[in-house]
Amino acid sequence: MSKQPAIELKNITKTFGKVVANKNVNLTAYRGEILSILGENGSGKTTLMNMISGIYFPDEGQIFIDGKEALISSPKDAFDYKIGMIHQHFKLVDVFSAAENIVLGIEDKKYNLNNSTEEIKKISSQYGFELVPQKKIYTMSVSEKQTVEIIKVLYRGADILILDEPTAVLTPQETEKLFNVLRRMRDDGKCIIIITHKLHEVLSLSDRVSVLRKGEYIGTVNTAETNENELTEMMVGKKVDLNIQRNEPKNTEERLTVNSITCVDRVGATVLDNVSFTAKSGEILGIAGIAGSGQRELLESIAGLQRLEFGDIFYFDPKTNKKESLRDKTPMQIRQMGVRLSFVPEDRLGMGLVGNMDIVDNMMLRSYSKGHSFFLKRKSPKDLAMKIINDLEVVTPSASTPVRRLSGGNVQKVLVGREIAASPTVLMVAYPVRGLDINSSYMIYNLLNEQKEKGVAIIFVGEDLDVLLELCDRIMVIGSGKITGIVDARTTTKEEIGLLMTKTDDGKENNNG
Amino acid sequence: MAKLTETKHREPLFHVVKRDDMPEWKAWLIRVITILVGFLFVGILSMAVTQKSLGDTYSIMFTGVFGRLLEGSTTMLWKYLQEIVILLCLALALTPAFKMKFWNCGAEGQALMGGLASIFCMIQFGEKLPYITLIIVIAITSILAGAIWGVIPAIFKALFNTNETLFTLMMNYIATQIIAYYVYIEGGGSNVINPVPFGNFPVVGNNDYFVNIAIVAVITVFMFIYLKYSKQGYEISVVGESQNTARYIGINVKKVIIRTMLISGALCGVTGMLLVAGKDHTINTNLVGGQGFTAILMSWLGQFNPFIMVLMTAIVVFLRLGVAKVADTSLLNSSFSEIIVGIVILMLVACEFFIHYSIKFRHNKKEVKA
Repeated sequence: MSKQPAIELKNITKTFGKVVANKNVNLTAYRGEILSILGENGSGKTTLMNMISGIYFPDEGQIFIDGKEALISSPKDAFDYKIGMIHQHFKLVDVFSAAENIVLGIEDKKYNLNNSTEEIKKISSQYGFELVPQKKIYTMSVSEKQTVEIIKVLYRGADILILDEPTAVLTPQETEKLFNVLRRMRDDGKCIIIITHKLHEVLSLSDRVSVLRKGEYIGTVNTAETNENELTEMMVGKKVDLNIQRNEPKNTEERLTVNSITCVDRVGATVLDNVSFTAKSGEILGIAGIAGSGQRELLESIAGLQRLEFGDIFYFDPKTNKKESLRDKTPMQIRQMGVRLSFVPEDRLGMGLVGNMDIVDNMMLRSYSKGHSFFLKRKSPKDLAMKIINDLEVVTPSASTPVRRLSGGNVQKVLVGREIAASPTVLMVAYPVRGLDINSSYMIYNLLNEQKEKGVAIIFVGEDLDVLLELCDRIMVIGSGKITGIVDARTTTKEEIGLLMTKTDDGKENNNG
Repeated sequence: MAKLTETKHREPLFHVVKRDDMPEWKAWLIRVITILVGFLFVGILSMAVTQKSLGDTYSIMFTGVFGRLLEGSTTMLWKYLQEIVILLCLALALTPAFKMKFWNCGAEGQALMGGLASIFCMIQFGEKLPYITLIIVIAITSILAGAIWGVIPAIFKALFNTNETLFTLMMNYIATQIIAYYVYIEGGGSNVINPVPFGNFPVVGNNDYFVNIAIVAVITVFMFIYLKYSKQGYEISVVGESQNTARYIGINVKKVIIRTMLISGALCGVTGMLLVAGKDHTINTNLVGGQGFTAILMSWLGQFNPFIMVLMTAIVVFLRLGVAKVADTSLLNSSFSEIIVGIVILMLVACEFFIHYSIKFRHNKKEVKA
């Protein structure tokens, strides 16, 4: 085992204004290994990798490639050093084929798509990719697009590959396929760096793990010699209990019934297709699915933000026991009907909150219009802001700090706090822990559980299947705007949900990748 | 190979970095210094062109603005205030629209239409209606005229999502041509309407402009309160910051756009009335004289805060009048004044860049042994 260091980072520091994104980071990745960079959101993983791939330039420190110092000041330079980065958000031309996208921007070869196609096929078979080079990007699934991105950097001869959260958009089955490919590339002597915050993936895939915390390098351990708890402790800096509590639902009754709703988007494509389900009080209903399968449209339909083509939505008022239709109602009308519906949208600063306003003014969003006065009343929102800051331990200089200056976790606490303060009977949350550190995530889970105990009907759209399985009572799977199954979260498995996520009408799987 | 890559891969000469952390006092210090440097620059440039000493240049500027104030004559001071309030009133009118991120570039046209309504009432009803009634009729029609001119682009924006910048700009040209036509009809072919002696704002304490100044002072305070403490002002901020959030909490975005432009247009209409009934008592196509565009900058430089806008307009009008006097005494034409004011405004805009961004030059990194 005489492994060659492929890339070495020495004392890398990068600051953005006052924010130190990376501080004296030292890191070594060898050829023929998979190195995981583990850290919570905001720990500086992506910043560090962006410096290797030429997007940022370090303030201090040096990067060595194969033992020689390298100055990487543009993505082109990175390619010259045979570094390839696969970003979380794909950068492909939709109307081009896979092969066209792969050769795009390569100057030194004569444009000959046939030769290139042959070479692409060779790379594919060598590592076990499944890809039709002639296929257009817009007809591809997310995992196929990712394959194109990976082959794109391999085609350019990259032997140091950096993957930024590659599994975030994949089903469990697709993830396993990707891991197999990565293992084959490792065995071929390539250096693979994968950025992630999912512990079980780290443990199943990588050879070594380097942990960052708040921009600082904490240490590197061999995967074989560690476990989830130790890694979490390195990541967070203290011991964390990783179990999510889940009580049996009590006194459930129908609260919200969605009855065969169909919605179309602006260009007329069907985004929700004949969706029906019931949310019950005192229960957490999880919604699983590949990103963009209609989750957002579903929640927005219920909130009165999406026009229904067909179908209806009914709310059962617990006070009056009346059944009321929410179809064709605006959010204001829904509120005036006495429906206590709270909604934590996916886009926190672009929809749930106003980034440039302070916490007090953001509290007012829900309540400002009450009463007939021409003027605003800031007294009660101010009290609410102080209460949320205290109860949920929001880290902020003051209640008059613009919320965009708060960290992701604190922004979410402000938003969830406000929505819960409206004492809802139905609470919808979309990706509530995305980008949050572990402590904040568990605080959000606890808040949801508290609401469940109070008899609130909770609809939880999530991406991490492990969390959905641990937290929810029932899980509804959505695929291409259709409900493909509703399962009991206590008895189902990740694999079952994964299959439902890609199931199509005729029962066949549509598992490309 | 290593040599080659080293020469090829060099750190860029400088990076522009966004900063978010400058304390308020420091930002204001930079602004004040910019203004002082601006004044110094104005003096030196004027000196270079006019061959007068720096001291003389400043004293000419001072008399250009304040006249014989030191000898006790306040005529010029009032004139100065009058110029300020016209520009300020337009800036205040634009502010709610801008806060909503509705780029109203049509203050010029909206004010012209307000002015047209005033002069029309003064000519048509001047001899028929009692004075108080006449003033009320003038006020109502001017406000309506400006509001209508402002709300047309807003309705199109709200219903069809048209581009408001182009739309409001085009409305300016239509307004100008309507005025030209009206002047042609009313002036009997001479293209001049003689000052109309009816419906003029009252002279208070020997002062022609007191009413204008008082009206704008009230509007300034009103606008500050409206934007900061009213529900409608809050809705404007939410719609401006994020229409998605506005929809999410159930604000009727279309309604807010239309309502806000009614207010913006109405205040432009008020400015037209101040210009016609309170100052010129006549009208021509050059009534507003491009101030509708200067007002855009005033609103921005005032950071949408009415009280900061007072300061900014005071500085710009001071320069305009002062340098005009310098140009006058040296047989230069009015373009000189416009050039100078333009440069100083540019400096003020540039200083905002340095408040929000910093520039980092290439640095020699510390060597680390491999």
